[in-house]
Amino acid sequence: MLTLQAVTRVFQSGADRVTAIREVDLGMKQGDFLTVIGSNGAGKSTLLNLVAGTVRPTSGRILLDGRNVSAVPAYLRARAVGRIVQNPLAGTAPTMTVAENLAIALKRKGRALRAALPRSRRNEFRERLAKLGVGLEDRMNCQASLLSGGERQALAVLMATLVSPRILLLDEHTAALDPRNAQMIMQLTHRFVEEAQLTTIMVTHNMEQAIQTGNRLIMMHAGEIIHSIGGMEKAAASVMDLVALFSGQRVVDDELLLERVAQTPFLGC
Amino acid sequence: MVSLLVHAVEQGFAYGIAALGVFLTYRILRFPDLTVDGSFVTGAAVASLLLIRTGIDPFSVLLIAFAAGCGAGLITGFLNTRLGITNLLAGVLTMIMLYSINLRIMGRPNLSLLRATTFVRLVSSNLPSMKGVVVVLLIGVLVLLVKLGLDAFLKTEIGFALRATGDCEEMITAHGVNTKTMKLLGLALSNGLVAVSGALVAQYSGFADVGMGIGTIVTGLAAVIIGGTLIRSARIGWMTTSVLVGSLIYRIAVSLALRYGYVIGFQASDLKLITSLLVVIALIVPYLRERRAQGVLSC
Repeated sequence: MLTLQAVTRVFQSGADRVTAIREVDLGMKQGDFLTVIGSNGAGKSTLLNLVAGTVRPTSGRILLDGRNVSAVPAYLRARAVGRIVQNPLAGTAPTMTVAENLAIALKRKGRALRAALPRSRRNEFRERLAKLGVGLEDRMNCQASLLSGGERQALAVLMATLVSPRILLLDEHTAALDPRNAQMIMQLTHRFVEEAQLTTIMVTHNMEQAIQTGNRLIMMHAGEIIHSIGGMEKAAASVMDLVALFSGQRVVDDELLLERVAQTPFLGC
Repeated sequence: MVSLLVHAVEQGFAYGIAALGVFLTYRILRFPDLTVDGSFVTGAAVASLLLIRTGIDPFSVLLIAFAAGCGAGLITGFLNTRLGITNLLAGVLTMIMLYSINLRIMGRPNLSLLRATTFVRLVSSNLPSMKGVVVVLLIGVLVLLVKLGLDAFLKTEIGFALRATGDCEEMITAHGVNTKTMKLLGLALSNGLVAVSGALVAQYSGFADVGMGIGTIVTGLAAVIIGGTLIRSARIGWMTTSVLVGSLIYRIAVSLALRYGYVIGFQASDLKLITSLLVVIALIVPYLRERRAQGVLSC
């Protein structure tokens, strides 16, 4: 349903040229859950931006459900693409209330001069919020700016999935949270993704998470996909295997393996 | 003293519509729009010209002024969203353009409405005995209608999209809203309201002058800030109410200062300086408070 064909993105600033994504091919089927790992500057976020439409490819094509969306602006692609970003402050409108934020998420297109938040909708929202399990159902008239980071991100997860998107993009969406909240957000994400069978791409710095989550995993480096594993191979993989793959060599004994883990702190979680 | 207060209330309401326009851009859209100094006069100019030249009634003329103001806002919106000129500069450029355009509309720097059928004249010829009361009521009802209309609009789906555009562009884009369209819409509505205010003030004071719009942005901000300090609420209805209350308080303070200010050495010409200083103080207080709290600002 999502296909990237030889997608390249070059960022130019004055005389400097940086190829953030180089000739990337990627195909995803309905219901796939892809995790993306790689060091800083590997092109992970640019990959998501390309799919979301906030960045356009320099060359190559992006197909969504068979349609070439390479030149479709982000706000139109948002009809099919849900997104949660790292910064909890960027996923909700701070001066608007919890209920008002949800009312925004209910419409991905065709906004009109209709009351956005009639009473009947409030009850529906209350039920949906209760499922989050963070008590937001009792704070529906509370401004989003008054919520904690974890609560705001929980709201953002609900907003991104309130109307099932064709594809859900998670851009390190637990990275700015403390471990307890990060775990809570991950559980919510899993639940919503499974309930609606969402096709998902998740960028993460956490290798453990990348292995445990989803059915496919790609590793990026310098704008290219250097490894891609799926199915049984992924299920059986360990953090050590990934570190070894990243180092470009097969690990032969435990001693070397431990050494390599110690030598590659930049990949740590 | 009573007549002083009545006039202050009338002005507070009439300029209150402009303040609601400033509120829409400054507070809701977070777009400091300087176009208003020009579009206020555009509204006054269009209304005055039509009242003098045609037999149009003094209320329909407000709608035409609204449309003219919308056009002015769209120019600023176009410069900003399509041509990438920063918001402040786009507003200033349109404001200066409007100065010439307003002179073109009026044909000269000043138009007298002495012989035109303004709503004030309509009232005084039909209900001469209750003129004062009816004029206040009329302006009051008009302001109330504008306020309720704005409240209702900001509670619609499009209104929500507009508010979220001012709040966090990244978020609302991800929910399918073209933020450029929202800015154009907000600027058009805002300047439309400001032009209605200009048309109303021209009818009320009996003339249109090419310089009458100077400081509209600052008096609008003063109303928004004074009101927002007195009535703190996240509810739209209360926010617009606070703007009108702010406008009333500002006008009453100005009337008193003009009447009694000479006691401490003020002149009428000091008014804009004092207003601006007031806005400066109101703006830096939250900034200093924020800096002390070292809060992180984001979307």
